[in-house]
Amino acid sequence: MTEAPRTGPSSKPRLPRGVRLKHDETRGEWLLLAPERVVKTDAIAVAILQRCDGIATFEAIVDDLAATFSADRARVESDVRALLEELAAKRMVDL
Amino acid sequence: MTAMGKAIPAPVGLLAELTHRCPLRCPYCSNPLELDRRADELDAAAWKDVFSQAAALGVLHAHLSGGEPAARRDLVEIVAHCAKVGLYTNLITSGIGLTGALVNELAEAGLDHAQLSIQDSEPESADRIAGYAGAFARKQAVAAWIAQAGLPLTVNAVIHRANVTRAGKMVELAVALGARRVEVAHTQYYGWGMVNRAVLMPSLAQAEAAIAEVETLRKVYAGVIVIDHVIPDYHARYPKACMGGWAKRGLNVTPSGKALPCHAAETIPGLAFWNVRDRSLEDIWMNSPAFNAFRGTDWMREPCRSCERKEIDYGGCRCQALALAGDAREADPVCHLSPHHDKVAGVAAAINACESLGQDGSGGEPDYVYRGMKLFEPAQ
Ligand code: SF4
Ligand code: SF4
Repeated sequence: MTEAPRTGPSSKPRLPRGVRLKHDETRGEWLLLAPERVVKTDAIAVAILQRCDGIATFEAIVDDLAATFSADRARVESDVRALLEELAAKRMVDL
Repeated sequence: MTAMGKAIPAPVGLLAELTHRCPLRCPYCSNPLELDRRADELDAAAWKDVFSQAAALGVLHAHLSGGEPAARRDLVEIVAHCAKVGLYTNLITSGIGLTGALVNELAEAGLDHAQLSIQDSEPESADRIAGYAGAFARKQAVAAWIAQAGLPLTVNAVIHRANVTRAGKMVELAVALGARRVEVAHTQYYGWGMVNRAVLMPSLAQAEAAIAEVETLRKVYAGVIVIDHVIPDYHARYPKACMGGWAKRGLNVTPSGKALPCHAAETIPGLAFWNVRDRSLEDIWMNSPAFNAFRGTDWMREPCRSCERKEIDYGGCRCQALALAGDAREADPVCHLSPHHDKVAGVAAAINACESLGQDGSGGEPDYVYRGMKLFEPAQ
């Protein structure tokens, strides 16, 4: 049995090749494109995914978002973890 | 951008059949019985124009398919153009005709993703199904080249009677080949699949065992491989929303430039298909009579017209309605509410009876009608 993917403080999430965040001019929205998948992405998810460059650590991304949006760090952390783990399970993010 | 009406959403995907040529001869191939000839194929300039228009219209995914797209020498040029206009570009390939060098060139040109078909997990059976000696071994090499080039891989496995007992093994093979996603699709009976239906269709018991096996693996491989599972509709109560709804999400363009709402649309008599050589893609999408014939729900008859599922499955597959109920405006007979449902049940029941007589195809070699460029006369 394989473990579900988990984020650790030092994991460096990134969008793998074959997954693209794209602003769609026709529909006026941000979309996450993967093979046979189009996922509508809200402003928060876009802010998170734009920081997933494979260089920034999970911790750094959470710090940055908490500072940028003057939001509660614990809340940001759980939101980011939930999104990334959900996408990782669909193989749309590498942790 | 364009004057896209509110009522007609922009298409999401464009499936480009770059050619009908293919070295393989799969008996379930969805290509039409009358294959387009090479001389009639759109050239690279025409395809590039189609993809530019598609991107402007709102298409997100470009699926380069066939036949075998690698049979075209201008494939890299076409991929580079798709990438340039911002399309998510997916190569749907049998692998035959690709080389390591070509895979690298495609990756450099901006290909986003490759989808490789496998016919079985057992080499001998796989080659027999494909009608091509050495296909299985070649595909192993192709998967490795795709991985080396850094491209994400989907493995596509079509399930039918000759491999139905190895559906799980095919998922395991996909994992071993390094795929991030596997599509396990029970055969749909269009094109050559319809011709070969009697030898392809597994029994209900076989299909159910295969479905259960694959569903179990979904949990086993969570986070390793995504399993997309297309289960047989002959055994279902409700039909599938064919193409996500007629002329709603996507379109196909044939090698010679005909725009189709789905693979099998040409089997429906009385529909006029416009060609990208004569009309803009937007004009076709918005105004082509073939696209508007079954768009939305206004065309429906009972039982669909007053059914609460009509916006869910859109009455199912038009081509199947035609093939089994005799009229494309009927409900897909797969639906148990269809007055023609007994025809589907009849086909399924006949196959189940064959199995109880021991003719389940697992022993002897199935007698396929292989697809080919020659004009074919269905035996009936
Ligand atoms: S289904 Fe088989 S024969 Fe048809 S195009 Fe694909 S690989 Fe070729
Ligand atoms: S009656 Fe028509 S709309 Fe209703 S479930 Fe059956 S096929 Fe779908």
